[in-house]
Amino acid sequence: MNKIRALVVDDNMVNQTMHHRLLENLGIENQVVKNGKEAVDVHYSGKYFDLILMDMDMPIMNGIEATKTLRAMGIRCMIAGVSTRSLDQEKQEFIEAGLDDYQEKPLTKAKLVSILHKINHTT
Amino acid sequence: MDTVTQLQRQLVDYTNSLFLEGFLNEQFNQLQQLQDESNPDFVVEVVSLFFQDSERLLNELAKILEQKNIDFKKVDAHVHQLKGSSSSIGAQRVQRVCIAFRNSCEEKNIEGCQKCLQHVKYEYTHVKNKLETLFKLEQQVLAAGGTIPMY
Repeated sequence: MNKIRALVVDDNMVNQTMHHRLLENLGIENQVVKNGKEAVDVHYSGKYFDLILMDMDMPIMNGIEATKTLRAMGIRCMIAGVSTRSLDQEKQEFIEAGLDDYQEKPLTKAKLVSILHKINHTT
Repeated sequence: MDTVTQLQRQLVDYTNSLFLEGFLNEQFNQLQQLQDESNPDFVVEVVSLFFQDSERLLNELAKILEQKNIDFKKVDAHVHQLKGSSSSIGAQRVQRVCIAFRNSCEEKNIEGCQKCLQHVKYEYTHVKNKLETLFKLEQQVLAAGGTIPMY
């Protein structure tokens, strides 16, 4: 069975560390970048991932723009939006950018397992 | 009761009190569950990051709120960061004040923002002291030859 590879996209260092460790704890190899532009650049460099955990509010390029750009590049992997935004309108805009799933922060093991379950069901 | 058991009991009681008094919520348990033999200091590392990040953000907020023309977008961005990291480690009281702070930002309420800044500084200092005491108790248990109880 191929190992799942994940990309954490978040500008907050505490969240980066937590999400990295949550994934590692589940045996998922992962890389961390700090904004949407770095997420796009890492794909341009030829890397690919099975899962992207995408924060919404980030400097330089936010999660909505990054998701739209990645989808326009042809990136079809699971992109899960992870944000503290609670208004339906804000969530809707993020989802419509091309997300496969959305989870409200803080991320927990249970929320991450539910995201991973969706990858297994679509492959 | 031997020293180790006494210290362990003190640690458990102190930890429980932090939850009962609302300083921490179940997200802190998530953090603790990520600590193991391969990452034995994970909780301290993440909480230390939280302390560094929070102090930087609180200093920035104080500077911005002293300006004649306050950039509320910047205030909101910093408070959003603080809300994010406090919620990630389960620092519930800090997270809650951040919610009120963002409301004041949205209303461009200078007095409201200044009050919220004082309030968030107070809650941050309080939870910092509590967590430092928790870590000291853990060190005492380990120094006495005991193990940290599983949460």
